[in-house]
Amino acid sequence: MNWITNYVRPKINSLFSRREVPENLWTKCPECGTMLFHRELADSLNVCGNCDHHLPISPRERFAALFDAGIFTEVKVPEAVADPLMFRDQKKYPDRLKAAQKDTGEREAMLVAEGEVLRTPIVAAAQEFAFMAGSMGAHVGNAIIAGAERAVKLRRPFVLFAASGGARMQEGILSLMQMPRTTVALALLREAGLPYVVVLTNPTTGGVTASYAMLGDVQIAEPNALICFAGPRVIEQTIREKLPEGFQRAEYLLDHGMIDRVTHRKALREEIATILRMLTLQPPAIKGDLPRPEAGGGAPA
Amino acid sequence: MTQHYLDFEKPLAEIEGKAEELRAVARANPEMNVEKEAAALDRKAETLLRDLYKDLSPWRKCQVARHPDRPHTRDYIAALFTEFTPLAGDRNFADDHAVMGGLARFNDAPVVVIGHEKGHDTKSRIERNFGMARPEGYRKAIRLMDLAHRFRLPVVTLIDTPGAYPGKGAEERGQAEAIARSTARCLEIGVPLVSVVIGEGGSGGAVALATANRIAMLEHSVYSVISPEGCASILWKDAEKMREAAEALRLTAQDLLKLGVIDRIVKEPLGGAQRDRAATIEAVGKTIEAMLKELAGKKPEALIRDRRQKFLEMGAKGLAA
Ligand SMILES: [Zn+2]
Repeated sequence: MNWITNYVRPKINSLFSRREVPENLWTKCPECGTMLFHRELADSLNVCGNCDHHLPISPRERFAALFDAGIFTEVKVPEAVADPLMFRDQKKYPDRLKAAQKDTGEREAMLVAEGEVLRTPIVAAAQEFAFMAGSMGAHVGNAIIAGAERAVKLRRPFVLFAASGGARMQEGILSLMQMPRTTVALALLREAGLPYVVVLTNPTTGGVTASYAMLGDVQIAEPNALICFAGPRVIEQTIREKLPEGFQRAEYLLDHGMIDRVTHRKALREEIATILRMLTLQPPAIKGDLPRPEAGGGAPA
Repeated sequence: MTQHYLDFEKPLAEIEGKAEELRAVARANPEMNVEKEAAALDRKAETLLRDLYKDLSPWRKCQVARHPDRPHTRDYIAALFTEFTPLAGDRNFADDHAVMGGLARFNDAPVVVIGHEKGHDTKSRIERNFGMARPEGYRKAIRLMDLAHRFRLPVVTLIDTPGAYPGKGAEERGQAEAIARSTARCLEIGVPLVSVVIGEGGSGGAVALATANRIAMLEHSVYSVISPEGCASILWKDAEKMREAAEALRLTAQDLLKLGVIDRIVKEPLGGAQRDRAATIEAVGKTIEAMLKELAGKKPEALIRDRRQKFLEMGAKGLAA
């Protein structure tokens, strides 16, 4: 693999995966209401330039920003059985899936990739909140198992970016069973002595938080991310009182000892590499602008 | 004991009530002979009961699973185990009464038994928080599983919870983390772990104790990712559509067996566990015995490996399995 193919491929990737040019070039920040121009928003990794609110970011955009020179290779995720319960509410589940696929350009709610972060080889998985609220069904289970197995095979750390409303109700009990399933995958990493780092993003809730998203060796959260098991509305209905400001937000969890760090999206790349290199006994990363990768991928010896 | 009737059992309540009344009148007037009429009513009631329970809809099963007179963990422990020695506390914050557990003997062999306990009257229901555990409940379970692992004792868990408690303190003290760690611990222990869903298997709060080598469900118990009411209000935007949601969720023991999520179904007496508690408890006891027997003599590594494999493969084929 020479650097030309390295550089051309991600551009082609992004050309194909990008949705049709949005008619609406402006996004309103849900926190402060500022109108954000889409190009500037993309340049700032979907962080509001006015109030620093972290808007959702797709796995592909996340990976493009995370991996050196935006280069990554997707890890194949085995196809899950479609509509295992033949579920229908007001819509058929397969129709909901099709609509989500059309909206996001993704097959499902989690993407797995391998690549290098500041020359640190890793396997990463990221959840697509825009795909049925990033909900956890058999695909997400398969993705985490595939990612963990790939990490074990390559002897690399595994990094997971969580963003999910919780269980995929349309897969019923089988969605619930992804909690133990994904936990088995993490046990494989642990036994292989490989680090597992979780980045909690807005929002991460329900069964996702109560399984793989809370079992990292290091738990990082993006600022102000909602992270909870039961959502604030459910709690307010149960206890019939108003919850305090900032309840269940990243900083609140940090104060209550539930996570290790709250880190700005723009600082994540360096922080992840720094932590992983220490946990895997590698010398410090060379930070800042990197020279182009050498032929052969430039993995550290 | 006065019988609690479920909504769909109303016609039954009328017939059984009439038979009861007749017999009461006869007791007050010994010269009256009502036995023939009363027996006819009894037969009528039994036919109706058989009809009602022949093909319970998923929503009706939810109601039966939540029936207040069903035997609870406390009752199973009292009847099936000897020398039960409750062990309390998570060694960190509190003792959660929604989860009870401790050392006990099952068929004379020492085991660790853990289960959700809902309570049986207003006072005990409040004390048990209706079987909805806080993080301390799961952390107590983790501690008891560790104890079992260290001393090579099989673990029996009894599942009966509407779900983990959605409270402010529970969230602050890491409800999600506690559930995740409890599930992880279930997968790590090198001793047999068997579970029986005796009533409600409510979402993550159930999984945290039910990630077992063998899982059984009572015939009319339910096990689901979300309550039908919760699902209806999210997907149908109408909590009254719980019947449809219960149907769609496939939460019955019969569907879960088809899906390969559970290993066996324990038959309930006619009219549900609440109509013959002793027989239900005995049947559950036989099932626990059989499941432990299947695992007896297996090495710790084999128990862990088999448990992992079971969950890795779970549900791979869906209902087409
Ligand atoms: Zn803003």
